[in-house]
Amino acid sequence: MTHTVAEAASDDLEYAVKEIQHGIPPRVIGEPVMEMKHITLRFGGVTAIKDISFDIREGEIRAIIGPNGAGKSSMLNVINGFYHPQEGEIWFRGKKRGPMKPHEIARQGIARTFQNIALFKGMTTLDNIMTGRMTLMKTGMLSQLWWWGRAQAEEIEHREKVERIIDFLEIQHIRKTPVGRLPYGLQKRVELGRALAAEPKLLLLDEPMAGMNVEEKEDMCRFILDVNDEFGTTIALIEHDMGVVMDIADRVVVLDYGKKIGDGTPDEIRNNQEVIDAYLGVSHD
Amino acid sequence: MTRGAALDSALDTFPKLLEDNARRFGDRPANREKEFGIWQSWTWREVRDGTRALAMGFMALGLEPGEHVAIIGKNRPKLYWSMIASQYCGATPVPVYQDAVAEEMAFVLEHAEVVFAVCEDQEQVDKVLAVKDRLPKLRHVIYLDPRGLRKYDHTTLHSMEHVERLGQDRRAELEPRIDAIRDAGKGSDTCVMLYTSGTTGRSKGVVLSNDNVIVTARGAAQFDDLRETDSVLAYLPMAWVGDFVFSVGQAYVVGFCVSCPESQETMMADLKEIGPTYFFAPPRIFETILTNVAIRMEDAGRVKKWLYDVFMAHAKKVGPDILDGKPVGLGARLKYWLGELLIYGPLKNVLGFSNVRVGYTAGEAIGPEIFQFYRSLGINLKQLYGQTEATVFITIQPDGQVRADTVGVPGPGVEIRIADNGEVFYRSPGVFQEYYKNPESTADTKDAEGWVATGDAGFIDPESGQLRIIDRAKDVGKMADGSMFAPKFVENKLKFYPPILEAVVFGAGRDRCVAFINIDMAAVGNWAERNNIAYASYQELAAHPQVYAWVQKCIEEVNRDVAQDPMLSGCQIHRFLILHKELDADDGEMTRTRKVRRRIVEERYKPLIDALYAGEPSAYIETEVTYEDGRKGKIAATLELRDVAVFERRSEQGRDAA
Repeated sequence: MTHTVAEAASDDLEYAVKEIQHGIPPRVIGEPVMEMKHITLRFGGVTAIKDISFDIREGEIRAIIGPNGAGKSSMLNVINGFYHPQEGEIWFRGKKRGPMKPHEIARQGIARTFQNIALFKGMTTLDNIMTGRMTLMKTGMLSQLWWWGRAQAEEIEHREKVERIIDFLEIQHIRKTPVGRLPYGLQKRVELGRALAAEPKLLLLDEPMAGMNVEEKEDMCRFILDVNDEFGTTIALIEHDMGVVMDIADRVVVLDYGKKIGDGTPDEIRNNQEVIDAYLGVSHD
Repeated sequence: MTRGAALDSALDTFPKLLEDNARRFGDRPANREKEFGIWQSWTWREVRDGTRALAMGFMALGLEPGEHVAIIGKNRPKLYWSMIASQYCGATPVPVYQDAVAEEMAFVLEHAEVVFAVCEDQEQVDKVLAVKDRLPKLRHVIYLDPRGLRKYDHTTLHSMEHVERLGQDRRAELEPRIDAIRDAGKGSDTCVMLYTSGTTGRSKGVVLSNDNVIVTARGAAQFDDLRETDSVLAYLPMAWVGDFVFSVGQAYVVGFCVSCPESQETMMADLKEIGPTYFFAPPRIFETILTNVAIRMEDAGRVKKWLYDVFMAHAKKVGPDILDGKPVGLGARLKYWLGELLIYGPLKNVLGFSNVRVGYTAGEAIGPEIFQFYRSLGINLKQLYGQTEATVFITIQPDGQVRADTVGVPGPGVEIRIADNGEVFYRSPGVFQEYYKNPESTADTKDAEGWVATGDAGFIDPESGQLRIIDRAKDVGKMADGSMFAPKFVENKLKFYPPILEAVVFGAGRDRCVAFINIDMAAVGNWAERNNIAYASYQELAAHPQVYAWVQKCIEEVNRDVAQDPMLSGCQIHRFLILHKELDADDGEMTRTRKVRRRIVEERYKPLIDALYAGEPSAYIETEVTYEDGRKGKIAATLELRDVAVFERRSEQGRDAA
């Protein structure tokens, strides 16, 4: 945008003032919603994550990067509660989190997508996204079977939310298509839709751009930025494509062999010698 | 529906027509749009109120009479309202092709001196802002869909809701002003400015008056007896004159409902749900639909396929006659009725053509088989011939006198003249005012008596009395031996074969013709799948020997056909190649309405043409491509060049060209 002050002043002042009020304030990065303190995760004798601490702030896009086997996916599983670390504390929305049962994991307000798409292949796009709202449905199974009164009203309400997500992700044309028949890039988008349907406080994306071509990647980037922008959703993502990460993330944490070797803005990470060494290798002479 | 001549002449602008419609049709739907999976509708009264609210908003932002407003986006009710709202302010709407890259758009916005740009979404806003420095007159940008735009500087950028609110705040002051402008509006005032797709060079801004649009739309609506109960689907570019005349002109004159699809990709599903009664599509769309039907039937079970083959053969025989009301035997009628029950009815329903009363195709020649396919199903598909400068209608085919190779009789009030060189001239109430800021071109095209040159060569078919178009007048050339060269004639024949999407024939001033072929990815891809042919990309499929063999067979059939034409037998194709990329509007090789720009293709692929004439077996080519976001890249390929058999006239013996 290249609007100058002079241009604004040339407008009717009254309207210039209104315009500024009308313009939505730039997005704010708030307090940490999730804090990881000295996390260590072991699988038998293997230490996948070793004494890692970092936080995720309200409204930001936080990226976790690192070479293969650095512990990124394990970290994501720790964040959403699937793995419970042997050492360390996890604070989510001001409360310390202990080990959880699966239904508690589902209801805590963290939704995720998977590295290998995990959709119901035989179901339509619409039904798949609808499943994302399961945890938000209140009526019992019996009244849903009868589909009467409260249950009907509830389904209409959920359907409307789902339709807004379909509109948002521009997948109207595949609304009634079984997802198994869709190309990879679209399946990824449906999976993002299902995660969004749960109206998460924190959205975890496990390699959202893996295996995509340039155009699909650009689309996905735009959707991630728009989700963050429109819904104010906090996003933590794992990604291999450094270009993408540096473009969209507010802050980046870098893991290598289960250890944290960098944490900061994309610019800081770019100039971090340890990160450069981890990615490019060091000559041993 | 007519209102009577006296009333008609009082309703000579779109704001006046809108308010009359709101009075007469009040609660009838005027617009529909599918959103969030449901069809939303607006009555004529709501459209009037919405349009007036927008008009007051535009005025509050300082829109002055005589200024230009760009409308950029896909077919959306509120973008249509924006056009009429501009007229309420005395300004002129300029719809712009929404898929134009920023550079092309910049030319139009700059040339039209637009002061407001009404954009559909972030994509269009970004394009306008990217070239803002070159548009000193541009004051405000207004968008419909706020998504992704929240962080933008809103000094001169506004959401449509915000604009409506600005108008609402000063309603008491602004309402009398728009009413006064509406009352002062005349038929001779400029109604809209439409940029031609520019088959030759830069596009030109065609200025149409209210009289041009309203008189022409009214004449054509009476010709086809359109009523307020009719319905259309608005899915073709808003910047195209046809969409303006069908979705605004005729809709306002007659009062029928215009529906907008949910997105471009859902068009076919939306078409089925709406089931329009009045439908327009360029031949390409009818071809695509037919290709899809053919593909689906290939995959169908044997019983279904047998039923389809049997009844379609019957429909081909008697369908068009039944449609035209000609005498047909009782047995054949009964069988057709049964076919309607089992095949035609369900098929039309799936395609969304169940209710079509009047269907048109124009813009390019349509394959006789494709044309007859739809007519044999009982769909009243007709052809018309028109152009932007004529406000669409030059000739139209009347019901019951429909042929595949002609384009109809002169429309209401249209006069036709054929010049000595075969070029078609016309004079009509729809003849444009001028090319904006381009008096030389205006004078070249339109003479003092109002006759306009179409640039097409044609003649009046003595048998039917209808106009028949051969080719672009300037494309019709001579070959080295002086015989006539009409590339379009051959290309159209080629394009009717399933694997061929586009063909470009060269041969002016040469001793023989050669051709470039673009394969149809949908048809060839499906064929490859059924024949277990593996391919990784368009380029690889296009270069596949079996695809070459198939295309070669098609070309030979065309050659056999062309050989029988006394005047054009020299236009047989001697050699061809299949291009490694689709000709694309983004690369400037086609117009936005997908017509090939012959000169540009000729320049860009010169090495290939030379190689074809030199008789080489293969040729290397490197071309620049432009991606949708305007970035450029290069693709290179080595293409195979093949010889084709050509034929003697009358004797069916082939001889090898090489």
